[in-house]
Parts: sequence; structure tokens; C-alpha cells
Amino acid sequence: MILIVRALGRFCIVAISALGRLVLFALATLSHVLRPPFYPREFFNALLNVGYLSLPVVGLTALFTGAALALQIYSGGSRFNAPEVVPQIVAIGMVRELGPVLVGLMIAARVTSSIAAEMATMKVTEQIDALVTLSTAPMKYLVMPRVLAGLLAGPVLVAVADSIGIFGGFIVATQTLGFNPATYLLNTVNFLTPADILSSMAKGMAFGFIATLMGCYYGLNSGRGALGVGTATKASVQAAAVLILAANFALTAVFFTA
Amino acid sequence: MIIFENIYKSFGENHVLHGVNLTVEHGESMVIIGGSGTGKSVLIKTVLGLVEPDSGRILVDGEDVTQIKRDAFLSRFGMLFQGGALFDSMPVWQNVAFRLQRGALKRPAGEAREIAIEKLRRVGLAPEVADRFPAELSGGMQKRVSLARAIAAEPEIIFFDEPTTGLDPIMSGVINELTREIVVEMGVTAMTITHDMTSVDTIADKVAMLHRGRIQWCGARADLAHSGDPHVEQFVNGRAEGPIETLR
Ligand SMILES: Nc1ncnc2c1ncn2[C@@H]1O[C@H](COP(=O)(O)OP(=O)(O)OP(=O)(O)O)[C@@H](O)[C@H]1O
Ligand SMILES: [Mg+2]
Repeated sequence: MILIVRALGRFCIVAISALGRLVLFALATLSHVLRPPFYPREFFNALLNVGYLSLPVVGLTALFTGAALALQIYSGGSRFNAPEVVPQIVAIGMVRELGPVLVGLMIAARVTSSIAAEMATMKVTEQIDALVTLSTAPMKYLVMPRVLAGLLAGPVLVAVADSIGIFGGFIVATQTLGFNPATYLLNTVNFLTPADILSSMAKGMAFGFIATLMGCYYGLNSGRGALGVGTATKASVQAAAVLILAANFALTAVFFTA
Repeated sequence: MIIFENIYKSFGENHVLHGVNLTVEHGESMVIIGGSGTGKSVLIKTVLGLVEPDSGRILVDGEDVTQIKRDAFLSRFGMLFQGGALFDSMPVWQNVAFRLQRGALKRPAGEAREIAIEKLRRVGLAPEVADRFPAELSGGMQKRVSLARAIAAEPEIIFFDEPTTGLDPIMSGVINELTREIVVEMGVTAMTITHDMTSVDTIADKVAMLHRGRIQWCGARADLAHSGDPHVEQFVNGRAEGPIETLR
């Protein structure tokens, strides 16, 4: 019994101190946002990698999810004789929840892992040390551009995912379920509120921040050797995915209760 | 002038530095020798703040390195890392010109490139290498690019961590000459780690031997051959038997 309590206590201490280090790292990153020097080229590279190159995978997952959602809602809605709610529910489901969450998880898989692996390799091969000796702060040169790119690309990716998801539902509904295209679109547009869209963008921003920050944090704190790189990459994706889902719950609670 | 005062450093149970005292005079070429894993690289990194000593002080021109303003301080140094540590995301010339492309020493891209190519030539690399990526080069070539990067911004103090390891004998000779030239011509203070006794003969003003976390012996290069220290004896002559145990 005492052993269990002790183990639990130790776990809590470790967890809290890890969280504390993360928060400190996040604050340190944000404190660099407005202070020069800035590295525009690094920033545009990061934007390309986080945003533009994520478009195909984000688009495809959103398309299939929206399409499947339409089928599910149609069959579920039919059970209580309300199959016509498909456009409204697809819109609200994509914009409020699925769009942001899909984007979050996809960039955790794609962006967090690549940032963590790249930075951990730089750490292991002393490239981070070399940066420091060349009077360049890794926080500024490596972390800031990537996190800023995540903050900006997140909402854009979510907007794309929302639209393509709704489009996927639209295709299925109009081609196989017999919905009228014009009525479908009208129902979608009329049903969504500014708050829905705003919550979607806010989530995109938060998830972009979390995904890039986790990649940087675990990469820079990597252990030594190839094992260190592997562990850092795995841990970064796990942490990003869990934190993104937790943040999603928190933001949903903030936007849609009361 | 660099002064190490009673430096201690452990990584967990691994006590690496155990009271290192050493003085490197201005404009002097100090060579550090010592067995593999004795902490030579760690010792150099403490000066640059890459490794924080557990206790002790390091003074550079009388100023404590932990109290100093980092950016201006670091711009006085050049460092050749043991593993090269080239940025694999950028071509060779941008690696060499890294310092010349940003910050206080920034110059136009064309000029930075010219300087990079000139430094590459000095380490025996043709201008064609400038546009290749580090991963496309051999180990010895990477080492020389790294050396070019270390000297590109003409620092006052340079650290070379095994500059000739992995080079063929002729190229080692070229690099030794170059190191000598840099110290004499540019009047820099240099600290070089090496296992290569030919290097020691060419570039050292003074030699210090690190053993069991302390400076075992320190003296002029001319005195190395008759140091009277059995550890130094054994090391310099490369004998398996002697006071230094080979199982570490
Ligand atoms: N960041 C680190 N974390 C843990 N241990 C370290 C770290 N850096 C160095 N060490 C340990 O410190 C000791 C000395 O390492 P160092 O690299 O300074 O050796 P060295 O004298 O340069 O050896 P070599 O001639 O082989 O390069 C080694 O046992 C190494 O494992
Ligand atoms: Mg070493």
C-alpha cells in the first residue's frame, strides 16, 4: 500500500515537473517572438514545411472523413426520421470538432515528428552547440520560426480541412443520398455561426503551436546517440497528440458551454 | 589569456574533470594531450559555456566566463568540433560563412561567399566543394570544412578538437602548417586537442597532459621528450605498459 502511494507520489512529482519545464519552454519561446534578431528565411522554410506541404494529407483525411460523416448521419438520422439534418450536422461536426482535431493529429504525425528528429539529430551531432558558438541562439534560429509557422499555418490548415470535409459530405449527399445541391449548401451556410468558425480557427492556432513546440522541446532535450533521437521523436508525437486532444476538450468547453 | 581554476565536472557517477588548473597565455599555442575519454573535449567546452562546470572558475582576459555577455564574448572564439558539427541543411559555403551572413559581422552574400571560398582554399578544398552539401563529403573533407568555418570570422581565440584525426598524412601536414600559420600570423590564442605527435611537434608552444581529471604535466614542447613524468613518457612513446591503465 505504502509502496503504491509512494510510486503514485513519485509519478505525480515527475509529471508536474515535466509540465513545469514545458510551460517554461513555451514562455521562453513566446518571449522571443517580438525580440530581434529575426530569421525570415528560416521562418518561410518552416511555413512551407508546416503549412503548404501538409495540405495533401490534411485535404485527403478531411475529404474521406466528411464523406463518411455524411453517410453515418444519414443512416443514424433515418432511425428517428430525420435524415435531412445531414448538411447541418456535417458542417457543425467538421468545423467544431473533426476539422481541427484531424489537422492537429496529422501535423503531430507529420510536423512534430520531423521537427523532433531533425533537432535531436542536430543536438546529437553537436550542431546545436556549433550554433551557440557561432553566436546564434537555437531558441531564436530554430525554435521561434517553427513555432510561429505553426501558429500561423494551424488556422489556415483547419480552414482548408473544414471546407474540404464539408465538400466531401456534399459530394456523398448529393451524388448518392439524393440531396439537392443548392439546398444542401444553403443549409450549411445558414446553420454555421461565427462562433463555430472562430472556435475552429482558435483550435487550429492552439494545435499548430502545440505540435511545433513539442517537436522543438523534445528535439532539443534529446538524449545521446541514435537511441536518443528515436526516443525524442516518439515522445514528441505522443505528447503532441495527447496535449492536442486535451486542448481540444478544454477549448470546446470554453466555447460551447454556457 | 585563459585561466582554468580548479574545474570540476561530473556526469552522474562519471567524474570527468577533477580539479583542472591550467593557464593559456595570450598568443600561445597550447596543445592538450591525454587518453581517450579523459575529458579533453569537455574541458574546452566549459570555456564556451556548452558544458557548465560543477565548480571552479574560468577567466578569459580576467573576466569570469559565466558572468560575461554571451554574444559579444562568443564572437571572439572559433571552434572546430571533434565531429565536425556542420549544418547539414545548408551547402558548404554557407556553413563556412555562417557568421558572416548574420549578426554583427554580416556582409553582402557575394562577399561572404568569396571569403568562404578563400578559407576553403586555405584548408585544401577546391572552390567546387562550396556548393555541395556536407553529407556529400568524405569525413576528412568535412573536418576541413569545419576548420574553415572555425577560422572564417578571424577569431582571437581558437579551439581545435582533433583537427587532423581522419586525414591522410599529407593533408595532416597541410593542416598542421595552417594551424601554425594562423597562430603566428594572426596572433591568435589556440588550444588544440590532438593524439597526433607530429601535430604536437609542429603546432605546440606548450603541451598539457590531462590524466584522471587533472593536468598531469604541463610544459614547453621542447621539454616533452624529457619530462621525467612516466605518464607522459608512456603516452608520447605509445607504450602499452606503464602507469596509465589501458582498461577504461
Ligand atoms: N553530455 C555528456 N553527457 C554525459 N557524459 C558525457 C557528456 N559529454 C562527455 N561525457 C563523458 O565525459 C567523458 C569525457 O568525454 P570527452 O569527450 O571530453 O573525452 P575526450 O578526452 O575528448 O576523448 P576523445 O579523445 O576520445 O575525444 C566521457 O566519459 C564521456 O562519456
Ligand atoms: Mg574528444
